Amino acid sequence: MKNRARLSLRVPTPPARPGDAPDFSAIKLEAAGEVRRPEIDARPHDVSDLAYALIRVLDDKGRAVGPWNPKLDAETLRRALKAMLLTRAYDDRMYRAQRQGKTSFYMKCTGEEAVAIAAAFALERDDMCFPSYRQQGLLIARGYPLLQMMNQVYSNAHDPLKGRQLPIMYSSKAYGFFTVSGNLGTQFPQAVGWAMASAYKGDDRIAASWIGDGTTAEGDFHHALNFASVYRAPVILNVVNNQWAISSFAGIAGGNESTFASRGIGYGLPALRVDGNDFLAVYAATAWAAERARSNLGATLIEHYTYRVEGHSTSDDPSRYRPINEAKLWPLGDPIERLKDHLIALGEWSEDRQQEAHREAVEQVKTANKEAEAVGTLGHGELPSLKTMFEDVFKDMPEHLRRQRQQMGV
Amino acid sequence: MPAMNMIQALNSALDVMLTKDPNVLTFGEDVGYFGGVFRVTDGLQKKHGLTRCFDTPIGEGGIVAAAIGMGAYGLRPVAEIQFADYIYPAYDQIVSEAARLRYRSAGDFTAPIVIRTPYGGGIFGGQTHSQSPEALFTHVAGLKTVIPSTPYDAKGLLIAAIEDDDPVIFLEPKRLYNGPFDGYPDRPVTIWAKLPAGEVPEGYYTVPLGKASIVRAGGDVTILAYGTMLHVALASAVDSGLDCEVIDLRTLVPLDIETIVNSVKKTGRCVIVHEATHTSGYGAELSALVQENCFHHLEAPIERVTGWDTPYPHAFEWQYFPGPARVIAALQRAMEA
Ligand SMILES: Cc1ncc(C[n+]2csc(CCOP(=O)(O)OP(=O)(O)O)c2C)c(N)n1
Repeated sequence: MKNRARLSLRVPTPPARPGDAPDFSAIKLEAAGEVRRPEIDARPHDVSDLAYALIRVLDDKGRAVGPWNPKLDAETLRRALKAMLLTRAYDDRMYRAQRQGKTSFYMKCTGEEAVAIAAAFALERDDMCFPSYRQQGLLIARGYPLLQMMNQVYSNAHDPLKGRQLPIMYSSKAYGFFTVSGNLGTQFPQAVGWAMASAYKGDDRIAASWIGDGTTAEGDFHHALNFASVYRAPVILNVVNNQWAISSFAGIAGGNESTFASRGIGYGLPALRVDGNDFLAVYAATAWAAERARSNLGATLIEHYTYRVEGHSTSDDPSRYRPINEAKLWPLGDPIERLKDHLIALGEWSEDRQQEAHREAVEQVKTANKEAEAVGTLGHGELPSLKTMFEDVFKDMPEHLRRQRQQMGV
Repeated sequence: MPAMNMIQALNSALDVMLTKDPNVLTFGEDVGYFGGVFRVTDGLQKKHGLTRCFDTPIGEGGIVAAAIGMGAYGLRPVAEIQFADYIYPAYDQIVSEAARLRYRSAGDFTAPIVIRTPYGGGIFGGQTHSQSPEALFTHVAGLKTVIPSTPYDAKGLLIAAIEDDDPVIFLEPKRLYNGPFDGYPDRPVTIWAKLPAGEVPEGYYTVPLGKASIVRAGGDVTILAYGTMLHVALASAVDSGLDCEVIDLRTLVPLDIETIVNSVKKTGRCVIVHEATHTSGYGAELSALVQENCFHHLEAPIERVTGWDTPYPHAFEWQYFPGPARVIAALQRAMEA
């Protein structure tokens, strides 16, 4: 005899949608300095608590506290702050260019600048990055020319990728920036492969990769963790949990059930969860993971807890799926403001110098943009040669492509 | 009759079926609350409830596998893949599982699922938002492949696909989503409402799978096309000054062989147009079919006008896209021979 309750299907919903008051009450924030910092040779099993905590260094008064404080010198901090300002100014200009019809598409990283910039500062210049589309800060921090980035966005004649890639999908081997793919998650296990090769060759370089919270649902995320664990690959696997995957909140990717960092535990990887809006925390976690990788101790999974302040892309209107003022109420603040406050607290910066640095960044972007626009914007001015459309499909152009090129009359 | 664009017509098809059959449900990335990035499922969650139209994790393999499991239970899931370019993580589930479930279980289990996905170029999506993967699916035994070219057909074909007991890949030409296309990529878009083709009944109706439509009758040359290219074919037919017969295939598998063969036997000439890459594209199948069935009636070699054998380049969309100029040249070659 059966006398059981009927089953029901659960579909998770976010705490707030348009029209509701933003609700971050479920977020548990450790105080800055509260989370322990284990030795780099700690066994993954013994540090599993860190996958559920939140590593924070900067407190509400802009002071750096606790065992994760990387104690960087003021000059480094100022360079980092300027790189973040430049990234934001660049994003603003390129976003406007898309709105003016000068390119087809753009994606900003507003509010997440610390994630990429702190990593760029903590990694060595020749470590290989396998980014997704929101780590333009890596290129900017490594000094890749803004002009080149803009030429790519405009698909003009000087676009290093010859007009083939969607804007923002940069690529530069020389700057340790693996070509961005539109297919989510694919680069995560590739970074593991690169790191395995580096270990195989007895090299001393490591790899790092970044994906969004939403993308952790892809099979590739799990391939990466398993391979990284099995082969003890020298790689840093970063999940940028910015709370939203287009209109879907992090709970749809499984973020309500457990932290994204905790995914590492089942694979035997150490996992850190850090305040992604805290430059010092991101820097310290990355440095810890990098040292571990360089000591042949293998991979680390890092979850960066942050918030996507702007729309997903220029095709997106976030007010249709989340409260309009949610970004403003994000409890971890703005990474640029927080680093600025820290430098001011140290007596190494001022509001005036901040204004000045902001103006300089805007000016630098403006100058580069003028130059890029003078070459051409999407469909206007100087374009890549049409002939190049048939190149690089293979190393040598096969006969059938040569014939197609002729058919097209170029 | 109301005028609908293709997005509204597809939305109406889903609405009709969600209302009619409690076993129908629809899901995918951003499909629920937001109504899909192209708005095809707009309002459906509000109207039909959270468990009938919902968001999924970003895992195409998981989406299709879940649909297969639901189909095996007896539901009729309609899964959305946000862009056809992202169907590959689900490819194993589609090809190795959905396509063969009926066969390998001798009919014991089936996968009556629909996988909807926007495909094709024309919106400056670059190489990862522009591909036309239809041939990859038509090559697999056990899958049906459907491609509408008008709002009316989109709704009728989608309802037929949902009611079909086999797995159906439903490819939606995103260039046609918002408005009609006059075949010339660089001309401004007029709205569907001004065209008779934009009229779509509100209620239930079907357009049967496996039936092509002769969109324009003619005696000189047959043009075979589907999706966005149907409109390029029509523009080319008019501008070439030739008496072209234009056939919209509507479903690639099962294919309406009879309509194609009768037409080519009548005209003796055949031009095939698709936007997917040339080599091993669906045009190769069509060309072989015409050759096998119409050899003695052919007065000229079969012509294929297709995308080039390169990935889809962002800056050169319109040069990649097979436009009327290339189709007209092919028509003229067919007529000269
Ligand atoms: C395989 C694949 N599926 C779907 C998409 C469409 N898509 C692009 S971005 C995106 C959301 C990604 O969210 P998340 O991983 O959280 O990163 P975020 O954009 O928040 O930085 C989706 C669904 C894609 N690009 N690739």
